[in-house]
Amino acid sequence: MGQTLAEKILTAKSGTNARAGDIVIAKVDVVFATDSTGPLTIRQFKESSFEAVHNPDKTILFIDHSAPSPAKELSNDHILMRKFAEEQDSVLSDIGEGICHQLIAEDWAGPGDVILGADSHTVTGGALGAFATGMGSTDIAVAMALGKTWLRVPGTIRVIVNGRLPKGVYAKDIILHLIGRIGADGATYQSLEFGGETIDKLPMSGRLTIANMAVEAGAKVGLFPSDNVTQEYLRSRGRSERYIPLQPDRDAVYDSAIEINAAELEPTVAKPHTVDNTALAKELKGVRIDQVFIGTCTNARLDDIAIAAGILKGKKRNSHTRLVVGPASQEVMLAAIKEGYIATLIEAGATIVPPGCTGCLGVHMGVLGNGEACLSTANRNFKGRMGNPDSFIYLASPATAAATAIRGEITDPREFL
Amino acid sequence: MMLKGKAFKFGDGISTDHIIPGKYLSLRSNLPELAKHVLEDADPTFAKRVQKGDFVVGGKNFGLGSSREHAPIVIKMAGVSAILAKSVARIFFRNAINVGLPVLICNTDNIKEGDELEVDLEAGKVKNLTNGTEVTFSKMPDIMLGILNEGGLIPYIEKYKDFVVNPGKNA
Ligand code: SF4
Repeated sequence: MGQTLAEKILTAKSGTNARAGDIVIAKVDVVFATDSTGPLTIRQFKESSFEAVHNPDKTILFIDHSAPSPAKELSNDHILMRKFAEEQDSVLSDIGEGICHQLIAEDWAGPGDVILGADSHTVTGGALGAFATGMGSTDIAVAMALGKTWLRVPGTIRVIVNGRLPKGVYAKDIILHLIGRIGADGATYQSLEFGGETIDKLPMSGRLTIANMAVEAGAKVGLFPSDNVTQEYLRSRGRSERYIPLQPDRDAVYDSAIEINAAELEPTVAKPHTVDNTALAKELKGVRIDQVFIGTCTNARLDDIAIAAGILKGKKRNSHTRLVVGPASQEVMLAAIKEGYIATLIEAGATIVPPGCTGCLGVHMGVLGNGEACLSTANRNFKGRMGNPDSFIYLASPATAAATAIRGEITDPREFL
Repeated sequence: MMLKGKAFKFGDGISTDHIIPGKYLSLRSNLPELAKHVLEDADPTFAKRVQKGDFVVGGKNFGLGSSREHAPIVIKMAGVSAILAKSVARIFFRNAINVGLPVLICNTDNIKEGDELEVDLEAGKVKNLTNGTEVTFSKMPDIMLGILNEGGLIPYIEKYKDFVVNPGKNA
């Protein structure tokens, strides 16, 4: 009997014949926490009799959620994290370097890895064929100490995407469409495994967007095959040696399968206050937007910024719509400067914020006012997510975001293409 | 392990924000104080009425939202002996077990507010002593039972120094 991607990876990492439903003890390759969850992780680590982290070179503390710090309590959390990294001789990623999930993709994740992060969007690493999943602070503290964790091998929903993506329709529209179809708990405890000709051709940036949002359907992981796109991405990151091909077996056993015809998709938007509350952008024409945010671990890579800049070139944001752009990492920001995208965006009236989570979780740099509406390229639109329960968040692709910034109301980006 | 207590019934989609209302964010490092407001946004009288050993009974997707462990910690601190729900958000589920709070996935339709329940963790059975019905839940994996038996993941690791597939036998 064949194996799914999740079963294959966990078989290799546990030394057992891992099948959906089994409990396995798996070796952990990379483990990380952020300044949101790290302080509790460190306290749990210190309260137990652990002395040293198992693999300091692959234990990472990211300061990205409130970076630079907007409050002294958070600054003190940052001190705690820097001290722990120093004591343990582990890796520290300080303010301005970028969002943890982007940096994991750039510098750490590889096919076949098991990656644990104290953050639910750790699933992003699935784009590179890594079994990457989020856990709470205690699990992460123990994984840091032991270099392993226990996992229930998830059953898998196979998502097959065929057909050519129409102009103006992107990976973000595929995943919003999928979540709208199966619901916010449509894949709870399960693995979402992506395949099909559209997926085979999808660049790494798009794969990362889709994997990132797997958790919004409740999934434990969102897995992509490791193929020539993966190989090329690793090569571009100077990590060619990390490439191994990885595909599910043809006779793998799935819980269910979903087919999506990419050619039929249109620019899609998630409406307040749940990610599965989806509609087409064109159906929301006339919805006034006070702020457009192009950023976060979902959609702030170079490709995303290039798409937004392409639409905004030579145009201006609407006078009542603020435009905030936060590149996902320092490297993305530098490349966007070199390519001229940042100048284009500033000329269009954008405010550029530093690489990091910034406005995504409502701590600083983009908190919404009472009754305001934001169209964001992020992954979550729960009530209060951007710091104010009395505001409204719509989620969409960078193209839809750019078009919306120009018109000041939700706009189908095909009007500008 | 046998548990006995009264049911407190909640609906679908109880989020970590219902469990720890946002307005008490500043109490985050003061858990005993935070526990006084547990589930306040879903039932303002819960914290005052709940007694040691009682059960929180939910519907679908219990515990969705953030990955913070404070949510199961304050439910446990309120004296709750287990959570019963039709389905539970994945990270919340693991966090609850790790802090020593059992989470049982079963059909909760026949459980009403105030019903007396008896739970047999090993056998995977919930008896409703008030109306005589019984539901089963899939038996928890040994490793989870092992973690629960020690009162959470940290005491478990302190004792065994490792994950053991069958802690009872290796002890
Ligand atoms: S950008 Fe947003 S979703 Fe991504 S890690 Fe930061 S806070 Fe979480």
